[in-house]
Amino acid sequence: MGIEGIGARVARKEDKRFITGKGRFTEDMVVPGMKQAVFVRSPHAHANIKGIDVSAAKAMPGVIDVLAGDELAEDGIGSLICGWMIHSRDGSPMNMGEWRPLAQSKVRYVGDAVAIVIADTRAQARDAAEAVEVEYKVLPVVTDPAETLQDGAPQIHDNAPGNLIFNWGIGEEEATDSALAGAAHVTEMEIVNNRLVPNAMEPRAALGHYDAAEDHYTCWTTSQNPHVARLVMSAFYNVAPENKLRVIAPDVGGGFGSKIYIYPEEIVCLWASKKTGVPVKWVADRTEAFLTDAHGRDHVTKVKMGFDADNRIVGLKVDTIANLGAYMSLFSSATPTYLYATLLSGQYNIPNIYGNVRAVYTNTAPVDAYRGAGRPEATYVLERTMETAARELGISPAELRRANLIREFPHQTPVIMNYDTGDFEASLNAAMKAADYDGFPARKAEAEGRGKKRGIGMSCYIEACGIAPSQAVGSLGAGVGLWESAEVRVNAVGTIEVLTGSHSHGQGHETTFAQLVSDRLGIPIDNVSIVHGDTDKVQMGMGTYGSRSGAVGMSAIVKALDKVEKKAKMIAAHLLEADEADIVIENGQVKVAGTDKALGWHEVALNAYTAHNLPGGMEPGLKEGAFYDPANFTFPAGCYICEVEVDPQTGKTEIIQFVAADDFGNIINPMIVEGQVHGGVAQGIGQALLEGTVYDEGGQLLTASYMDYCMPRAGDLPSFQVSHQTTECTTNPLGIKGCGEAGAIGSPPAVINAITDAIGNNNLTMPATSQKVWAAVNAA
Amino acid sequence: MSKVEMTVNGRSVSGDVEDRTLLVHFLREHLGLTGTHVGCDTSQCGACVVHVDGKAVKSCTMLAAQAARAEVTTIEGLAAGGELHPVQAAFKEHHGLQCGFCTPGMIMAAVDMINRHSGKLDEKTVRAELEGNICRCTGYHNIVKAVLAATEQMGGAAKVAAE
Repeated sequence: MGIEGIGARVARKEDKRFITGKGRFTEDMVVPGMKQAVFVRSPHAHANIKGIDVSAAKAMPGVIDVLAGDELAEDGIGSLICGWMIHSRDGSPMNMGEWRPLAQSKVRYVGDAVAIVIADTRAQARDAAEAVEVEYKVLPVVTDPAETLQDGAPQIHDNAPGNLIFNWGIGEEEATDSALAGAAHVTEMEIVNNRLVPNAMEPRAALGHYDAAEDHYTCWTTSQNPHVARLVMSAFYNVAPENKLRVIAPDVGGGFGSKIYIYPEEIVCLWASKKTGVPVKWVADRTEAFLTDAHGRDHVTKVKMGFDADNRIVGLKVDTIANLGAYMSLFSSATPTYLYATLLSGQYNIPNIYGNVRAVYTNTAPVDAYRGAGRPEATYVLERTMETAARELGISPAELRRANLIREFPHQTPVIMNYDTGDFEASLNAAMKAADYDGFPARKAEAEGRGKKRGIGMSCYIEACGIAPSQAVGSLGAGVGLWESAEVRVNAVGTIEVLTGSHSHGQGHETTFAQLVSDRLGIPIDNVSIVHGDTDKVQMGMGTYGSRSGAVGMSAIVKALDKVEKKAKMIAAHLLEADEADIVIENGQVKVAGTDKALGWHEVALNAYTAHNLPGGMEPGLKEGAFYDPANFTFPAGCYICEVEVDPQTGKTEIIQFVAADDFGNIINPMIVEGQVHGGVAQGIGQALLEGTVYDEGGQLLTASYMDYCMPRAGDLPSFQVSHQTTECTTNPLGIKGCGEAGAIGSPPAVINAITDAIGNNNLTMPATSQKVWAAVNAA
Repeated sequence: MSKVEMTVNGRSVSGDVEDRTLLVHFLREHLGLTGTHVGCDTSQCGACVVHVDGKAVKSCTMLAAQAARAEVTTIEGLAAGGELHPVQAAFKEHHGLQCGFCTPGMIMAAVDMINRHSGKLDEKTVRAELEGNICRCTGYHNIVKAVLAATEQMGGAAKVAAE
């Protein structure tokens, strides 16, 4: 490893602009003549629209125009789509209801966009939005995922009878039933995975600019995947052909999944810019973000796990209802199916698994992937059940897990996934050692002396990321391939630009991707620039989500570097009159191995461009591109241990220690990887202790600001103990697995297992607020 | 509309603003100082923290008119003479930022915190003091580390100056 190469703890190149206030976020963008937009949104969770009167609003000061859904439809703008087809158990395709960018006849959740107001200033647009008269006929509302399936529930979309989107299954049901029937012990639970609001700190924003002279659109937007946004807006929403639409996602202030999707606002801003002849900018306020960003989780699950007399798992049956909200967001169907039930084997040998998932409509915000996306839900089901089973069987939770761990690889689970590698026991042991698990009883006794209830809980997770092999996901219903692209452009002086289809919104790609190049060529990271987030610069890419930028995005860079190196070696061999096979690239030099014959990297680059003396037939220049399609998912795994103290008088939970032991395969920059774990764990602790999304019976979101939705703050969290155990991923050239989501996947069950251990009552739902914990203490 | 005048990052500025214009919007839209961010509109997240007459203020909760004749420092004005403030340097050194959106407010709040505590801070105090600044990326681990490291650095510098 060089000082800036793979494995080096290098400070980030991108930091300077952020710490000096020079970040370039979408809201910061200014285009001459730009006007401000505010959306008129439904105050009702379910209503028919009887009429929209914009005349008063249009007459307000500063108003450029007020546009509604009928005009959008007249211009042929398409409806929003879900890009992953799921078939029900009976073979029928999922029931996707129509989602208009601006609602026409009906609204289905509070926040549904109805019209756009464009004015000179945002305050004027806001004032005018208040003056838009929408006549609604209010309809009955359902927000609960179980209630929406009941007879007589309000019907939300005509083509989804009973509000059922699909009824999907995976695994062998009969074999699982029979295994459970023969089990020596069956643990049964009903588990709720609470609805969360992602809450990237930068609210969503869009700036649409139609240039009439060029007949060309530009969209600045807060996107995790600008290329997919361009593709979808062209191919499905008829905004503009791809060659006439440029999408730029500049600095993006966090995403966590919520900025993967293409939302109504960016479509409407682009269309409205053409319609009005002015660039149109919209920036969400925080309550708008709460109302309209895709939410996460929201599962209700029944689980049965059977054990034989030796405490080996013999079968697992899971029945889940997944709330997808009022409309199907872009990847909403994949999250509770192929990103959830395929992980139900966890780290364990489970011979028989059956998972049934019913996805439903409710009058709530759309639900889609949020950090972890399906894997946190699977992990929570499994790890709460394992802990509960251990308590029922009267054995140590650690030992029950240890007895069931998968130890041989590759391992084919009964639910599609094939784990290539891992050492689950290494993480379990590392976590137990770091947490001083054996010393817990003494600490518990000491806490008792102070009137506190102390508990310890663990969670052994595995997840699938590095999303994803295109053929495999295509066969499962994905509408896109999930490869990644890269282009490595060597300049004549030897400096390099790497163009990548990955998108950084906090992950530090400008540093880690440069470290990869530095490692290969021995040039300083300062000589390597990373270009991303602009469809005019990078030809095509699939963006960043599913912890894929390392495993897939960097692998594409490796493939492009392979080609660059090959050509550089051919040039050097020619100039040095040596055999190409003898050329090596080290420390910024291209040399003949075992000799002092060498050229500087910059000399080879210059020769490629002067082209005065190249091998016969070789094209000038040094620039190569590659597309990398992974052969398999990658499987990060680890063990998390949480230790808490509960004050029985108040129900307040304090996290005394949190230990994370993760296997991410090879690591490019440990500092950045640890930061990803810290952030993920904080979100998981937030889910477990603090964050609850509450709709009232009428579908009003009661938790729609930071005054009501409890975000984790510094005082709610401890410092974390993080360590890594490494088994190299076998299916990508870097041996890396991905680290972006693990923290949020592994942590919630560890926290709840610890609290329930402390209070001696297993009946506790997330978020385990002081009030809930106090009630559980008193019910115990 | 009314005319407001103030000093921002050492420079005298003025502008005609609607009475309801918030300080943050005056800074961002009239002066083009886009380092100060709006994250929540309810004074909870702290992405908009600036210094007004030497004290940390949430600029989304103050009218521009209320800052008339005040000395305002934003994140853009913190690095004196192009040299990073110790808190800025510590955030970089200790990976105290990821997406960078909360960072300007976080740094301005941290500078104020260190000043108010006369350079004496421990982890518990830093965590309690960060109550009004929300970060969704870092889990605060490295922010706390950065603030403590900067505190030490600034305390050391103060001592040298006193000697």
